Amino acid sequence: MVSPPELKYTTEHEWVRVEGDTGTIGITDYAQDQLGDIVFVELPAAGAAISSAQKFGEIESVKAVSELFAPVSGEVTEANSGLADSPEAVNDDPYGDGWMIKVRLSDVAELAKLLSADEYEAIIEAEDA
Amino acid sequence: MSPETETLLHTPLHAEHSALGARLVPFAGWEMSVQYAGIVEEHRVVREASGMFDVSHMGRFEVRGPEAGRFLRYLCTWDVASLEPGAGHYAAACREDGGILDDVYVFRLEDERWLIVVNAANAPKMLGWMASHVARFDARLVDRHRSTAMIAVQGPDALARLDAVVGAQFVRSLKPRRCGETDWNGQVLFASRTGYTGEDGLELVIDGRGGPALWRALLDADVRPCGLGARDTLRLEAALLLYGNDIDEATNPFEVGLDWVVTLDDGADFLGREALRRMAERGVGRQLVCLRALGRGIMRGGHAIRDGGLDVGVVTSGGFSPTLGVSIGLGVLPPALGEVGARLEVDVRGKPLPVEVVPRPFYKRPKKSKETNGQPA
Repeated sequence: MVSPPELKYTTEHEWVRVEGDTGTIGITDYAQDQLGDIVFVELPAAGAAISSAQKFGEIESVKAVSELFAPVSGEVTEANSGLADSPEAVNDDPYGDGWMIKVRLSDVAELAKLLSADEYEAIIEAEDA
Repeated sequence: MSPETETLLHTPLHAEHSALGARLVPFAGWEMSVQYAGIVEEHRVVREASGMFDVSHMGRFEVRGPEAGRFLRYLCTWDVASLEPGAGHYAAACREDGGILDDVYVFRLEDERWLIVVNAANAPKMLGWMASHVARFDARLVDRHRSTAMIAVQGPDALARLDAVVGAQFVRSLKPRRCGETDWNGQVLFASRTGYTGEDGLELVIDGRGGPALWRALLDADVRPCGLGARDTLRLEAALLLYGNDIDEATNPFEVGLDWVVTLDDGADFLGREALRRMAERGVGRQLVCLRALGRGIMRGGHAIRDGGLDVGVVTSGGFSPTLGVSIGLGVLPPALGEVGARLEVDVRGKPLPVEVVPRPFYKRPKKSKETNGQPA
């Protein structure tokens, strides 16, 4: 399992890709593997405000429902509409087609609090141990 | 790891699951496989080909003696005493007040030798219950729970795969609900044409020492390993009840559509008989229904069913149906609200999910031509 080095991560297994003032958010490969077959993702609509470390949505696998936590604060500019019909994209391509929302970052200083790929991998290794 | 993993029981097939990379979880005191390749994939394999489940955690007790049949009739709501050797039937075991202690399968192996299969979570309770009643009968209980392995082989291809592993003559002699024993690798192999998936297939019981060899022989015959996750989605589509979710001691058989396993007219005395007779006369205040989501969102056990803003019932089991591609669930409702076609809402953590009451079950396997059923009767 290789976590893309250009992303930032949370201990709750979300990632964010920052391009300019936009952050794209999803869940990690480790998270999708732990959840198993994903069958429903509930996301905020464009225009909604999300706050760092607060719940922004829900994800349901065949087995269970889990909450999604925002790695950063900002305004949602787009939600991945493809996940409505193909939630399995989160399993198949968690860092690509399985992205969830794009947000306009309101506080870039928050990024410094997130984990690097190496730091995140150390955490999941500890969880698996 | 959590401290309770230290005390979890292992089935005779535990090492096989570890070797296959299964994801293991605690279940009813046992460490069991929840999945191998993934729940949806395993679900599809069972619907389209064949899969197998380690169900060794299910309680198995032999009952022997001249009054074994009379004892089991006293224990069960259905007239199991009418079974002939080689036959089996599903039943409930009730308390005197009609509450369901467990749902069970009873097989008559020989005139004076029977097998009762109970739920894993209820096995200690049922052993105690049976032990407290068996003394009145010329019969004795033999606990086979820990000494044997049990494997359910299910799917449209299951019998063909079993032909190769167990022997076609034996496999094809077993009609639905029938059971028998044969020799496999020098050991006694019990098989019944039963299951918990909505598909055809057999459930096998063998001495624990022979379990791994049987499991591997089935793997070699291209039967895919499946975990308890798929077992749950499969049974939900088939609208088969899960004890602890859909039924418990506060439930009576009539409320959950189990009228067909209550025999009141055979003159036999059995535990719960008087209470059940009164309930049958009085009718039920709630009934089990099948719910199908009309929107996205997943109903789960425990969610309220609402009608016009009022709580009218509860989802007892819910989840995602891989076959139908939507959420389905079992729930209890007042009979007047549970007619097929009725539209209601399920409260999914504060969000309303529109649902419709649909006929039971959600999934029924396609009828197959006669030749797949083997030898002429």
